[in-house]
Amino acid sequence: MTRWGPFEITRRGLLWGGVTAAGGSVICASGSSIAQSEHLADHMADHSAHTAASPLPGHGSAHGAMITVGEVDEARNGFETAKLLTEWDTGTVSRLPDGRVLRTFELEGIDKEIEIAPGIMFPAWTYNGRVPGPSLRATEGDRLRIVFRNLGSHPHSMHFHGIHAARMDGVPGAGLIDPGDEFVYEFDARPFGCHLYHCHALPLKRHIQKGMYGLFVIDPDPARHPELTDIARSRLLGTPENAEWQEFAMVMNGFDTNFDNENEVYAVNTVAHAYMKRPIRIVRDRPVRIYLANVVEFDPINSFHLHANFFNYFEQGTTLTPTLSTVDLITQIQAQRGILEFSFKDHEPGLYMFHPHQSEFTELGWSGMFDVVEAIA
Amino acid sequence: MNEVSRIAAAEPTAGPARKSRAAFLWLILPMAALGLAIVWLVAVNPLSRFGNGAPPVETLTFERTILSDDGIRVLVRAGGSEPMTIAQVQVDDAYWQFAQDPPGPIGRGSTAWIHLPFPWVLGEAHAINIVTNTGATFEHEIAVAVPTTAHNATSLLSQGLLGVLVGLVPVAIGMMFYPALRGVGRDGMDFLLALTVGLLAFLLVDATAEAFELAGESAAIFQGQAMVWLAAAASFLLLMAVGRRQGAPSGLALATFIALGIGLHNLGEGLAIGAAFAAGAAGLGSFLVLGFMAHNITEGIGISAPLLKKRPALWIFAALALLAGGPAVVGLWIGSLAYAPQWSALALAVGAGAILQVMVEVAAYLMRSDGRGSTALLAPTTIAGLTTGVAFMYGTAMLVKI
Repeated sequence: MTRWGPFEITRRGLLWGGVTAAGGSVICASGSSIAQSEHLADHMADHSAHTAASPLPGHGSAHGAMITVGEVDEARNGFETAKLLTEWDTGTVSRLPDGRVLRTFELEGIDKEIEIAPGIMFPAWTYNGRVPGPSLRATEGDRLRIVFRNLGSHPHSMHFHGIHAARMDGVPGAGLIDPGDEFVYEFDARPFGCHLYHCHALPLKRHIQKGMYGLFVIDPDPARHPELTDIARSRLLGTPENAEWQEFAMVMNGFDTNFDNENEVYAVNTVAHAYMKRPIRIVRDRPVRIYLANVVEFDPINSFHLHANFFNYFEQGTTLTPTLSTVDLITQIQAQRGILEFSFKDHEPGLYMFHPHQSEFTELGWSGMFDVVEAIA
Repeated sequence: MNEVSRIAAAEPTAGPARKSRAAFLWLILPMAALGLAIVWLVAVNPLSRFGNGAPPVETLTFERTILSDDGIRVLVRAGGSEPMTIAQVQVDDAYWQFAQDPPGPIGRGSTAWIHLPFPWVLGEAHAINIVTNTGATFEHEIAVAVPTTAHNATSLLSQGLLGVLVGLVPVAIGMMFYPALRGVGRDGMDFLLALTVGLLAFLLVDATAEAFELAGESAAIFQGQAMVWLAAAASFLLLMAVGRRQGAPSGLALATFIALGIGLHNLGEGLAIGAAFAAGAAGLGSFLVLGFMAHNITEGIGISAPLLKKRPALWIFAALALLAGGPAVVGLWIGSLAYAPQWSALALAVGAGAILQVMVEVAAYLMRSDGRGSTALLAPTTIAGLTTGVAFMYGTAMLVKI
């Protein structure tokens, strides 16, 4: 053996070391190279087919492909996006000794994993196992009693936008309860309008973004608005005038799935593209009323734009005459809400889109269609 | 008396049998212990105590991106503790229709192609964001969207020609200095050999750094860092062993090793250029090609240095040039057809090991041919050659950096 250096290196020693090192590197490198080469073969076959076409992108139909792929399992979710639009929780009604209506709602805080876009699961905190929580609906002047049980893993509360006592505010020290506890919020339903409720536990952003919010609608009492009785009656659930209207509850929300303080999914009523894939059927001759609230976290502003039509807007729903007339776009800051009224009676039947005019939200799931039809068969 | 002698006679045969049985027992015992440990692990599942309901850790690596007239294709490799499921894909912050091949969950270490019929815009940037069923996101940036070169006979031929141009031609040109270099004295010889070591030193640093960079881009499952170290060490030791079969190499043998080391590096370089083609990022202007050529001419000089005292046949030069430059062509083809960062990292690591071997051998040759032993390594001519080699390679490398 030759010697070049202070120590002797034998050929066998080098070979042994080399083999050891080579073995190590082979173990490191042995991924699924077989699987990869199979895909590669597939791909090459595909590719040779493409080369026959033009060298530069033609694109054609690709512009229609901007949508989530697949379907959400609504049975597993436990709620249907189609029904979220028209389901109102009016509570149980009884009479107080003085003859006033006592309306009792029961809600539970529940941890539940929900599917917010096909295949994307979100570990939500919910009211009654659904996001948004039930759309509570009362009449101006009712006595409200809301029984809230916290079955979740964190302290929660119900903070109502409306008028009530400090003790009923749903903030720490006033109706914020630990897991396993129960609290009864009690106050009068006022003012009439389109409100919302949400959890006010801290950290606030996380509790709202996790799914703890819902609509809280107080219908005007026609007796209290003699000058605009007809309008008030059209708003009051259960009247024949109200039955004429096609009313929809829409909560604009978003979900941060990877905890980077940005939403990966935007929607109205939770499921991305739900009303894009199953358009909302509306009858042409009957007017439409939308109760719309914005609960999107991380983005300060959301909006609603209606295609091929204009609408009247009632800011917070606290007036019986529009606060904005004949507009096709409204913006709502976080927690802002209102009522939209419009009609398609002079339109031809067909699909009419609605979406926020922040293109980003539209493209990440918050968009839908109205399917205007002559009459429902 | 009789009995005693019988026992004494029996002993020599019983001894080895018992010994081998004992050895067998010592082989079985640890195996049985391992078996018991496995049974215990499966039966008791002590790992379940560590489970805290959190979703499994997921990783996803993008290995290939193909842009064509029907959209974008990306090859992704899954990592993490469990098979992972791609739920949706965003392109530029918009959910987009996609097809996955093969469909379903992607196993640990497996790959899948994601095809997006996306109308990408020539020359602009796009971002792909893959959302898994747990809501985790994995982003991939396409810096400049250009159609990926289609592979056919013509493109392979032109790539081959480019490989010849940046790999083979400059080495051959460098070798053409051979007649001029013959007749140099001891100092000239030292200078040339030191120049070779210098250029190899640059290539070693360059190849290692690039191997680590590519290893960083590859899926975690490949353990890029360890792979680079081990592959480099393996190729170094194996080549040392092979090279020292008949004593320290000199002359043609040494030249061959230099050519092999440079060839392995050129394979890696070819892979990089080919991958640039595949990624559609090939802004390979003529200045870049010229840079590669100037860079590689030195390699030809280095290969011929140990041959100056011989007079080899012309075909030997041709063979050496092919060994050193040819791999560039092969690398280009592989790189453009089947690029994945871990394979390029592996090739470069093997190249780095080979280069180190050659550096050792050339230095040893320098000491021997000079006659002064280790003193020659620190002689002014040697240091000058070393510096010139590194500086020249560094300077020409500036021309090829994108």
